[in-house]
Amino acid sequence: MRKTPKIINDPNACAAELLDGLVEAYDGEAKKVGAGSIVMSDLPDGKVALLVGGGSGHEPIYHGLVGSNMADGAACGDIFAAPPPNIVLEATQAVDRGKGVLYLYGNYAGDVMNFDMGAELADDEDIRVETVLIWDDVASAPPERKEDRRGIAGLVLIVKIAGAAASTVDSLDELVRVTTKARDNTRSVGVAVAAGSIPATGEPTFDLAEGMMGVGMGIHGEKGVRVDPLCTADEMAPQLLDIVFGDDLEFGDGDEVILFINSLGATTQMELLILNRAIKPLLAAKGIKVYDTVIGDIVTCQEMAGLSVSLLKLDDELKKYWDMPCQSVGYSKM
Amino acid sequence: MSKANLTLDEVVAMLDRVADKIIASEPELSEADRNIGDGDHGLGMQRGLTAAKEKLAEGGFPSIDKAFMAVGTAMMSSMGGASGAIFGTLFRAGGKALKGQGVFDSAGLATFLQAAVQGVQDRGKAEVGDKTVVDAMVPAAEKAKGTSEGNLTEALAAAADAAEGGKEASKDMVAKFGRAKTLGDGAVGHPDAGALSFTIIMQAMRDYVNE
Repeated sequence: MRKTPKIINDPNACAAELLDGLVEAYDGEAKKVGAGSIVMSDLPDGKVALLVGGGSGHEPIYHGLVGSNMADGAACGDIFAAPPPNIVLEATQAVDRGKGVLYLYGNYAGDVMNFDMGAELADDEDIRVETVLIWDDVASAPPERKEDRRGIAGLVLIVKIAGAAASTVDSLDELVRVTTKARDNTRSVGVAVAAGSIPATGEPTFDLAEGMMGVGMGIHGEKGVRVDPLCTADEMAPQLLDIVFGDDLEFGDGDEVILFINSLGATTQMELLILNRAIKPLLAAKGIKVYDTVIGDIVTCQEMAGLSVSLLKLDDELKKYWDMPCQSVGYSKM
Repeated sequence: MSKANLTLDEVVAMLDRVADKIIASEPELSEADRNIGDGDHGLGMQRGLTAAKEKLAEGGFPSIDKAFMAVGTAMMSSMGGASGAIFGTLFRAGGKALKGQGVFDSAGLATFLQAAVQGVQDRGKAEVGDKTVVDAMVPAAEKAKGTSEGNLTEALAAAADAAEGGKEASKDMVAKFGRAKTLGDGAVGHPDAGALSFTIIMQAMRDYVNE
């Protein structure tokens, strides 16, 4: 297959150079800290801090979710690799304002090990750290093994709510409680139709035969629930919703949800909107009310083609935090 | 010429040789990881050992434990990812256990590997049979324990063979960690990329003392 031409410089410098460019895109509102972190420039004393992070190459997440009423900082790794512990520590020290720091990131082995080591280093510096892992991908493990599930696009909704809460609450414990509720109320499922590539090598991140779709496939091409011939948007919508509705979280008559349809990179807005057209009546048929719709390419894997559907079930408290305005490179809300 | 034990300068030279071998093995490691992971293991190891080579070239190590630990710290802070955490911990925990030892001999090899296994298992929670680096490390550590009173050349040869055997055995295992675990049976038939890296490290150490 023809390799996608990349408009870059040194293929091994992509992570560092994109971070520099991201900091520039904040026009002073955020700054680079240490070897690979981006942190808001003006964080008030006494603020409970929210730190996100993960491997680079999935822009705009996670580092593009740094912003007002969003994450206070992000620890960034190399392309598709978790940030090392020293970078996690530098980010932690930069966002801490004396009330402690919540680590919020996707449940991948490398991220867990490196953030845990960062938390141990932060503990040595007398900074209190708590962790909430994002595991919204229902296709990655059965509901009784949530701790084996991956974090995918639902993270955007969870970070949005956690960011609003972090600007409001006055204790780390309270931020953990709200963020955990947002996490536990979020479910996602993805579908992949073509692989992205590793910038340094140009090699595809996985193999998927042309004309096929990986239902439930992860954002790095992790195995999903099945591989089928690619279908139409109208045929895909009920398949994806069935997987979400088959999980342990009830979505029923009268429930209000945030609906997020995410492109993994190459899939266009046109396709997302056509899928949205098919999704909405299916939710309505179950009596589910969409409180807000988010459409965009926020959780990507280079030029990977595919999309995901995420639902976050609201209650009054989560709705309050969802309604707060926020601003970041990756996601903003009036 | 085989060596019974290594001085500090020889340990640094051996670790530099290990780094060269891993850097040269990048295509093989990337291919192994692409089969069952996301294909970035080789690049990460290449990045980590390139940083380690720079640290080794700076020199100034007061003792052999610090030389091993410098490799671990360089890998951990330059690689990130699961590989950085695991291989950084391997060299740091193993090196730390060599504190106070004036030379690196067969007993030191056994001490290094036993502490490295403990450190990696504490961090990653993997057991033997989970298709991780642990599957190559544990047989090597056990073999080294049995040869700890003999010659370093023979001990490293035996440990490298045991690592190779463990790496081969990982082909038949179903992964329980990392991205490979989501492949289930699909990963069977391919060795774990971390186990392959560890085997190359042991072989490079063996080849150095055999020169």
